Amino acid sequence: MTGLLDAQEVSVRYGSLAALDGVDLCVHDGQRHALIGPNGAGKSTLLDVLGGSTRPQRGTVRFAGRDIGRLGPAGRARRGINRIHQRPAVFATLTAAENVVVAALPRVIPRRRWWPAGRRRAAQQLAGPLLEQMGLTAVAAVPAGHLAHGQRRQLEIAMALAGRPRLLLLDEPAAGLSAVEVGRLVELLQALPRAVAVLLVEHRLDLVYALSDTVTVLRDGRTLAAGTPDEIRTSPLVRQAYADGVA
Amino acid sequence: MSGEVIRRARGAVAALVLVGLVVAPWVVDDYTTALLARTLALALVGVSVALLTGVAGMPTLGQTAPYAAGAYACAVVGSRVSDVGVVQLVVAAGAGALLAALIVPLVVHARGVIVLMITLAIGELVVVVLGRWRSVTGGTDGLAGVPAVRPFWGLPALASDQGRYLYALVVVATLVGAVLVLLRTRAGLVLRAGRDDETRLRASGHRVAVHLSGAHIAAGAIAGAAGSVLVVAQQYISPADFGFDTSALLLLGVVIGGTASVGGALVGAALVIAVRDWLFGVLPGHAPLVLGALFVATVYLLPTGVNRARSRLSEAAAPQPDPPAAQERATVGEVGR
Repeated sequence: MTGLLDAQEVSVRYGSLAALDGVDLCVHDGQRHALIGPNGAGKSTLLDVLGGSTRPQRGTVRFAGRDIGRLGPAGRARRGINRIHQRPAVFATLTAAENVVVAALPRVIPRRRWWPAGRRRAAQQLAGPLLEQMGLTAVAAVPAGHLAHGQRRQLEIAMALAGRPRLLLLDEPAAGLSAVEVGRLVELLQALPRAVAVLLVEHRLDLVYALSDTVTVLRDGRTLAAGTPDEIRTSPLVRQAYADGVA
Repeated sequence: MSGEVIRRARGAVAALVLVGLVVAPWVVDDYTTALLARTLALALVGVSVALLTGVAGMPTLGQTAPYAAGAYACAVVGSRVSDVGVVQLVVAAGAGALLAALIVPLVVHARGVIVLMITLAIGELVVVVLGRWRSVTGGTDGLAGVPAVRPFWGLPALASDQGRYLYALVVVATLVGAVLVLLRTRAGLVLRAGRDDETRLRASGHRVAVHLSGAHIAAGAIAGAAGSVLVVAQQYISPADFGFDTSALLLLGVVIGGTASVGGALVGAALVIAVRDWLFGVLPGHAPLVLGALFVATVYLLPTGVNRARSRLSEAAAPQPDPPAAQERATVGEVGR
């Protein structure tokens, strides 16, 4: 069965090191799919391949039935794959609201609205609800560079959603967040519309089990196991892998 | 409230400066009037440098290339085809934009110091070509005796320094206004975003290379138009007008004014030209020394430029908002600022 995102036989080598060695991954519409594994398992490399910033030496990546192997990050974003990076990446001198507008421009705001007044209206219609959803209304006019780490993470999620994605790639979204901010992040991710599929890379297994309905485990660049969170939690193979080299 | 007061104060200062510039030719002598007209031309090139360096994040030492292309195109058209200012302006802007478009493949994928080196080399190459293509450019002698311009069909030719200065002022004010409007559109927003984080912009689905190419061509058109203003102002051009010292002076002016600010670029360019040309009379032979000292002092004391330093002073003077007050002000509607 083909999914929204279908990666097959993906291999990436850095010299003699095989970062990914014939990995298959399928993410379906609306699915919450987690990717876990010890350090060096190839999780971030696979996310780089799916996001378009790394080109694999072998294998294919299809999205919504079309081969996207030749597309870079911009082309994939225009087709509906948005990525949230391990370190929040925002436009520091632009306000939070302007950040959301910039993220929305390629897919959402019509081209004819290039005039300031038109852009302002479009921004109000789009950025307001998203910032409210992320709890950022109070800082909408604050330059993103002045926001706290947790707020930047929330802003980045708002930016990703502004592009009306079909698939969100989340690379360790809880990294650097306080316990309170992690709780808020989990609420936000659980509230994402089901029209958006999520592929989550995360070290914290409590988050993985709380957020995902399917888990794939990588080890040494290969797929070790795949299944529901309960199946993965009780898998002896996975336990052994984590006992050998857990982060 | 304080932000509104500062905005109004800035508007009032800009209006006063504009009024001062309009009445200047009736207050100062002819030499100073001609000097002001040339300063306006260089200030307009400074705006194009600021557009590339501060807004698009592409530092350049090569805006003298489209500036020269525009100036020579204007001089040739003015001498052989038409003395109508609008025609000369369009041709000059087109020549600047065309040269900038030809340069795009060399600079659009480079960054930082690499762009500086490439643009510096292109600027020097253009000066060499100007010096050797005698049949069109007059070689190192340049092109002299360009007929006085008539701003529009049916209007008289501008025979006086005052007339040419006012023509330059109208052209520069119009183009600076157009740039300010452009920066408030989605194009300006995306350029500023790319300057902040190009990778993030790409990850949002933007074609960064297309945006940068557009900015480079637009900056080339502005520099080309500035070349036309220079020809009108001094009715003579030579390769010496577009050498490395002019490039360095322009970048210096933009750095002094604050790279991300159009107003700062205008102020910075005016400042360095004033130091170079007026101090030349007061302190013969020492103007470059004063310029160098000014640059060192600016970089040391005001690393973000005069304009940003003024903004920081405004921020420091303004009372810090308490959270509820900030919440009230922080409406999404302010995004269109």
